[in-house]
Amino acid sequence: MAFASKSPWVIHYDGSSCNGCDIEVLAALCPGYDVERFGIINTGNPKHADIFLVTGSVNEQNKAVIREIYDQMVEPKVVVACGICACTGGIFHDCYNVLGGVDSVIPVDVYAPGCAVCPENIIDAVVQGVAVLDEKSKALKKKRKEAAL
Amino acid sequence: MGKQTIIPFGPQHPVLPEPLHLDLVVEDEKVIEAIPQIGFVHRGLEKLVETRDYQQFVYVAERICGICAFGHSMGYAETVERLMGVEVPERAQYLRVIWHELSRIHSHILWLGLAADAFGYESLFMHCWRLRERVLDIFQKTCGGRVILSVVKVGGVVRDIDVAQLKYILDVLEGLRAEYEQICRAFLKDTSVKNRTVGVGYISTEDALGLSMVGPFARASNVDYDVRSLGIGAYGQLSDFQPIVSSDGDCYARMEVRTREVVQSIEIIKEMILRMPQGPIAVDVKGAPADGAESSMVVEQPRGECYYYARGNGTKYLDRMRMRTPTSQNLAGMTVALAGCDLADVNTIILTIDPCISCTER
Repeated sequence: MAFASKSPWVIHYDGSSCNGCDIEVLAALCPGYDVERFGIINTGNPKHADIFLVTGSVNEQNKAVIREIYDQMVEPKVVVACGICACTGGIFHDCYNVLGGVDSVIPVDVYAPGCAVCPENIIDAVVQGVAVLDEKSKALKKKRKEAAL
Repeated sequence: MGKQTIIPFGPQHPVLPEPLHLDLVVEDEKVIEAIPQIGFVHRGLEKLVETRDYQQFVYVAERICGICAFGHSMGYAETVERLMGVEVPERAQYLRVIWHELSRIHSHILWLGLAADAFGYESLFMHCWRLRERVLDIFQKTCGGRVILSVVKVGGVVRDIDVAQLKYILDVLEGLRAEYEQICRAFLKDTSVKNRTVGVGYISTEDALGLSMVGPFARASNVDYDVRSLGIGAYGQLSDFQPIVSSDGDCYARMEVRTREVVQSIEIIKEMILRMPQGPIAVDVKGAPADGAESSMVVEQPRGECYYYARGNGTKYLDRMRMRTPTSQNLAGMTVALAGCDLADVNTIILTIDPCISCTER
């Protein structure tokens, strides 16, 4: 197990969510569900984060912000789309200002559906994300070794 | 005299889960001006009334905001009921008030936690969110959902709360109240909290009235206005209702008003449960609103007065649905409070005004 997946730090960004998924993401971090006991910490700095939790769909205004946060994160990194709006656009998919799910801007590794997504679902998605993080860091190490040879 | 610089705040900022962008014009450590920019959450859901019929739209209205979700669905349903001239059964009105006040408790405790986080008191933040889970448990037992409740429909409510569950609500609230009062002591008596909040972000009564601020933030500046005192729906049956006001107008006053409102909400729920009438919980609503018929409605959301407007066009699709949310009223007050403050106090001031961006932009 790589060091990052033992204690993955998460960063959260609210795309254009209704807050429902945001407060559930926070609720997952707080007592009651308390993922901090597993070493999962919420950070505000993209450079410290391993897992990017995005809630809400994408529009022209926040496209650049999501892209920017994703680009600032250091490899290996995992994106989790929290809530149905982040997955596909949800009930707002046909609104004039909604471009669709987060995967229309950045690659998404794990989808956590639900409206609003319940904390159990977020924890499940983060656990899956940790497995992806492990794979990615292995691939990265292999690449570095090959480059060194 | 220092040089002026601009510090960007947000849209991604650890203190506020929501995307609000502020350009803070600072000179040394003093904020000269704060220029807000919104538009990150705009979805355009008011236009969805053209493609969802008036009975369906309740689920869209509920997702305007995830924190005051119940209030929005109730506000929308009451607007349409007024438009169609529907009389809602009394028991449904009582049930709506109970869920609405529970939403207020959960929203206020959530906000108190975020405020504690903003001035750097993380364990208090965790305690608030621990208490909030109890209210969410009530939601889950009575409605099935934690955040989005989906219990309102045009003409009444979908679910009833039986006697056993009503007693359960009373028990939970009684337990919650005892623990909540301990947390309140930390918020209102603790010296380190007072150092961060007393005298910070002052808004005068004239400013609050002039900028038409609403809700607990206006009441903290001595504006005696609460929509609940108009007695719409079951609020008219309350034996006594006095808006909670404070005259200080600073961050501490805004916190004090909201901490006291939680206790007030618990009292309202108790009274509603004790006087709950028997009877049906919904009436059938058929037909379509008349062409050109208009109606409007105000609801006291956790963050203040929210205004709803609907216009029919003779079909089952509404012609227009419009709302004015509390935060759009309060943003101007926030920029006034931010002007002249220390850079370190920006977090606390923004949080005590508690902008709800997804309501505002919809």
